[in-house]
Formats: sequence, structure tokens, C-alpha cells
Amino acid sequence: MPPADNDRQITPFPGDLWTQPPITVPARSTATEEVQRIRTPAALHYRYNPGIAPTVFLRELAQKRIVGGVCPTSGEVYVPPRGMSPKFGVPTSGTVEVGPKASITAFCVVHIGFGVNAPPVPFVSALILPDGASVSLYGLIQEIPYDEVRTGMRVEPVWVDDDQLSTSFENIKWWRPIDEPDTDPALLKGHM
Amino acid sequence: MRDVAIVSSAQTAHRRSVDELNEVELIQPVIAAALAGAGVSIGDIDFVCSGSSDYLAGQAFSFVMTLDAVGAWPPIVESHVEMDAAWALYEAWIKIQTGHADSALIFGYSKASPGDLPRVLSRQLDPYYQAPLWPDAVAYAGLQGRAMLDAGIITERDMAEIAHRNRMAAEANPNAQVTGSLSVDDLLAQPYLSDPIRRHDCPPISDGGVAVVLAAGDLARSWSSRPAWIRGIDHRIDGHQIGARDLTVAPSIATAAAKAGVSGRFDIAEVHAPFSFQEPIITSALGLSDDVMVNPSGGALAANPMMAAGLIRLAEVAARISDGSADRGVAHATGGHCLQQNLVCVLEGAS
Repeated sequence: MPPADNDRQITPFPGDLWTQPPITVPARSTATEEVQRIRTPAALHYRYNPGIAPTVFLRELAQKRIVGGVCPTSGEVYVPPRGMSPKFGVPTSGTVEVGPKASITAFCVVHIGFGVNAPPVPFVSALILPDGASVSLYGLIQEIPYDEVRTGMRVEPVWVDDDQLSTSFENIKWWRPIDEPDTDPALLKGHM
Repeated sequence: MRDVAIVSSAQTAHRRSVDELNEVELIQPVIAAALAGAGVSIGDIDFVCSGSSDYLAGQAFSFVMTLDAVGAWPPIVESHVEMDAAWALYEAWIKIQTGHADSALIFGYSKASPGDLPRVLSRQLDPYYQAPLWPDAVAYAGLQGRAMLDAGIITERDMAEIAHRNRMAAEANPNAQVTGSLSVDDLLAQPYLSDPIRRHDCPPISDGGVAVVLAAGDLARSWSSRPAWIRGIDHRIDGHQIGARDLTVAPSIATAAAKAGVSGRFDIAEVHAPFSFQEPIITSALGLSDDVMVNPSGGALAANPMMAAGLIRLAEVAARISDGSADRGVAHATGGHCLQQNLVCVLEGAS
């Protein structure tokens, strides 16, 4: 009896998406039981080093602050900071706080949830531009019907409870609308 | 064939563990230094190619992340190999030969420190018969060392002498990680790590990287006062099934050497021998005479950043040609277990 697939979850996809042709077995092998699958579990363990700029970002997140890295050439603010200005290939010159208020630069309505942490469908995932940043962060939009989300909408982060704060991007549970006029989408061009 | 040369190179100072930096922070100063060495900026470069592996740092799409260190704006022409960056240089050389580029930036890097490197390297093996057994890289190397000893090709003293020579040479290499050595007798008194391998027979585990600038013809002459011209380059592979190989020889090196035009006099050879007993396999396959200076940098026994240590061999030869201390050299890079994949490159100063 084959082992159960209880070590992994397979997302249900629409029918026939992953169907495969039947396995054909050479005649000389039909007298023996077919080997249709082998299991070779493999796991590697790593001690993750985020680096200088991401370390600053994660430590600030634990204080409910969002910071970006400043390009010394263009002044653009990259969030989350990776230590480099990706346009110019030079190290960023320190970090500045951005947000927490932000604008939605793009969004999509998700109808198929992946993983155990996905909210009930349909839900909205979005690119979110914190005030003062030059590029957008990825996040969930909640506390508003999915069909009312729009580009330019103003949002703010919803943090986990203070006793749950850690050096993790998961500190931001989702983003929710705030009562401010929409940002003109023309101003969001180039900041997705 | 177009004349193509290495005109500039730079390396990190290789270390056991660069805890404080991520990969992009690690490699950016090296890329900047290699470009500055040629007096150019990324806008002058037609093609960018890197060598790295996500398995080493456990960082998905690390080669995409490290493009932040290049400056991919306006958009650049870029490629990547999941191999030592010596193979990235080969791809760039082909790109230039076929007229699609006149210049190239090549870089390779890794942080092996976040993972358990010998086990990580077992993931290169076939997933059905070998990888499930988790044979680590030192164990496989041990089989090759044992084969060399049993065949009477080398002795354990020869192995210790190779380790001693490389690590003493590394004292003059500011980028080396392991420098200096006990005497050969003292090395032989050390316990086995994995019989017949002692600690000194193994490469260090390194975090580090290298970057190289290639250019063709007059562009190379304008970017370097003495370019290191690539006179021949070739790479070959032996079968992946370790049990089907004679581990005391590396026919793929001999074939690559013949195709790359390895013959005549060489001032210097830099060979990529992570384990001491692999050096004679390589020098024998290259047909090097005894008067060739082998691994003045200390080789991979002094610093072995995965995905970079092969390209570093080419960079070391090129640097000695460009500074005038050598006229003609041969560089070798390897990948996989037991010298499975091999690249050979002949470099000359005379244009």
C-alpha cells in the first residue's frame, strides 16, 4: 500500500489541469508489479542571513515602522531595502522611514487560494506604495468588499498584536482602506 | 575567430562565513571593482553572465536578486548558468565570437556558510539511485583519493606535499582564506577526517565571489594596457555515474585541453583541484611539464567559494599576464563530484 500524501497539500485545481497520459509498461515487465512512483524525501537546513539592509528593515518592522533604502544617485527609495539601488548597481546610502499610509498601485482579485493561510476567496492582493517610497510592496487588502478596491485607493497597514511583533514581514496582517481622497493614478506611474 | 581577452578582474577576500552580508551585498563591490579596473561602467558592457546556485545559500532566485548589484537599467542582456562562473565566461566568449557582443561582465559567487555544504553538494547527484543515499562531497572525494592511492599513482605524503605547497603559496595571496601550513611530516601525523582524507587534503568552505570583464579586439586594447588573450577554451564532461568512471583519470580534461590547444611552454597553471589528490589528475591530463608553476595563488585549497573558484583560476592567470609576470598560462575549472565537468582555457599576453 503506497504511503499517504499526508506530508504535503495539493491545491485543488480545475479539473483536467494536471492530468497525464497513462503509463505504458514494456511487455517484458508486465509480469511484475509496476513501479509508478518512488519517494526520496530530501530536506536541507539553512541559517538565513538577511544582510545589512534587510536586517535594518526587519528590526524596524518589529517596531511597526517601514523603512526603505535610498539610492545615492537618483534619490529613489526602495522598499523593502536590499542594500542596492537596482537601477544603478550601487549600494544604497542608508534608510528612511516610509508610510505607513500608502496607495494601491495595482491589484488583482484572487479566486483560487493557495496554502493554509489564504483568506476566503475572492480576496484582493495588491501592490501598495507607501508614502515616500519609489516602489510598491506586496500585500493583502481586507476590510472592504473585493469589488470596491481600486487603483489609487488609500490604505494603511494592520499590524499583528504588539505581543506578536517579530522581525518578520508577517507583522503586517493586511492593509485596509482609510478615509482619504484617492491618489491620482497618473502619479503612480512608474512606481508599481 | 575573434580575439577576446580578459581585461580586468576582482575578487572578494574569501572567508569561512560572511554572516553580515547577503549575496548582493557581497558581490556588488567585486563587480564595481572589475568594471573600474577596465575603466568602464555597466553601460559599456554588451552582455552579463553569472554563475551561482540557489542551493548554496538556500536563497530562491538568488541570481535574479544579485542583478541588483549590476544595475539592470536601462535593460541589459543577461544570462546565468547554474555552474561555476567559468562556464558563464564560456557562454560570454561564445556570445562575443558569434558577434552578438563585443564586451561582457561575468561574475560568480556563493555563500556556502548558511547550509551544510557537503550535504548540499549531494543534491547534484541523480535523484533515483545516488541522492537518496546522501553521500556527501567528502565521501565521494575519498573514493577518488583511495583509487589514486590503490593505483600507486600517489602516496599520502604526496597529498600532504601538495597541500603544503598550495597553502604556503597562498601566503602571498591577499584574498586567500587558508594560508600557511604545518610541515609535511606534521600534516601526516594528523588524524584522518574521512580515510584516506585528512583535513589538509580538503578545501576550506568559503563565502566569496569573483568578477571578470571580457572584451574583443581593439576594445580590449583600449580597456587594458596588457590584455590576457584567450587563445583557446573548451569544456567537456565525464559521465555522471561515479561507478562507471576510472576515478584516477579525467578524460574530459585531456579532451578539453586538446581542443583548447594546450601544448608548448607555459609559465603558469592555475588548476581547480578542491582536493589535494586531484591536482596530479589535472596536471597529468593537461600534460604539464615539471617546470610550470602550478597554483601560485594557493588554488582551491586556499579558498574555494563554490561557483567562483573555477573562474578565479582564469582570473589569477589573467592577472599575472596583465601585470607582466607571465606571458602564457593555462587555467582549469571543475564542477560536480570527482572532477566530473571540466573547462580548460589558454591565455597569452602577446597580441
